[in-house]
Amino acid sequence: MELLPNITIYHYVILSIVLFCIGAIGVMVRRNALIIFMCIELMLNAVNLLMVGFSRMWGDGKAQVFVFFIMAVAAAEVVIGLAILMMVYRNQETTDIDVLNKMKW
Amino acid sequence: MVTELLFYFLSFVAVLCAIMMVFAKNPVHSILYLIATFFAIAGHYFLLNAQFLGMVHIIVYAGAIMVLFLYVIMMLNLNEEVEPIKSKYQKIAATVAGGLLMLVMVASLRDAEIKTHLPGNEDIGLVSALGNTLFNDYLLPFELSSILLLSAMIGAVFLSKK
Repeated sequence: MELLPNITIYHYVILSIVLFCIGAIGVMVRRNALIIFMCIELMLNAVNLLMVGFSRMWGDGKAQVFVFFIMAVAAAEVVIGLAILMMVYRNQETTDIDVLNKMKW
Repeated sequence: MVTELLFYFLSFVAVLCAIMMVFAKNPVHSILYLIATFFAIAGHYFLLNAQFLGMVHIIVYAGAIMVLFLYVIMMLNLNEEVEPIKSKYQKIAATVAGGLLMLVMVASLRDAEIKTHLPGNEDIGLVSALGNTLFNDYLLPFELSSILLLSAMIGAVFLSKK
């Protein structure tokens, strides 16, 4: 089954996995909370891309509606997350997650 | 042929810019690379004939969310000098762990056979088709998402107040 000439759903699965894992590596590698947040956005987008690929494969628009809702939720999440980050920076003068360990058990 | 080349080009740009985003030292450079990745992903949406989502993706992600990130970075005055860096061993361990995750997922899906295929409509991603689905089947979630966005806005104002 080909979505585009010579491009199957499998290509999109691989691409999404690669993007998702780069995001996961970024979450583990970086210490700046803002960059970690951006890596989470990248992982969300990898999943969105896969959803659109499957939507094309099945010829069903419902998955694209879900992607639309994911985008709305991501926008709300970014707003709240950045506001929290601003508050943390105001109190602690840093966004380094190794310093922000007060809730660590 | 052209779409095939375009797919590989967009994938290359997306993956390369994502890697550069993770490993760039300056946070502003990270954001700019992430914007490039988002544009490549939007190109993928257009390639899959999901025009509406591609357009929304550019407007929401490249237009709104990344500008928000840039504003925050400029307000916090983050730059290369104050950027915290993990130790070399932690970086290597994290990269190996992420690589293994990728390996496991690719290997587990390698032999996955996609047997069933429903012949689909090509025009599902157009604005009119998607609008029909959205406002016929998903009207209540659509209205609820507006409440979600409103509460996010109120929450942001409340949080950033002193």
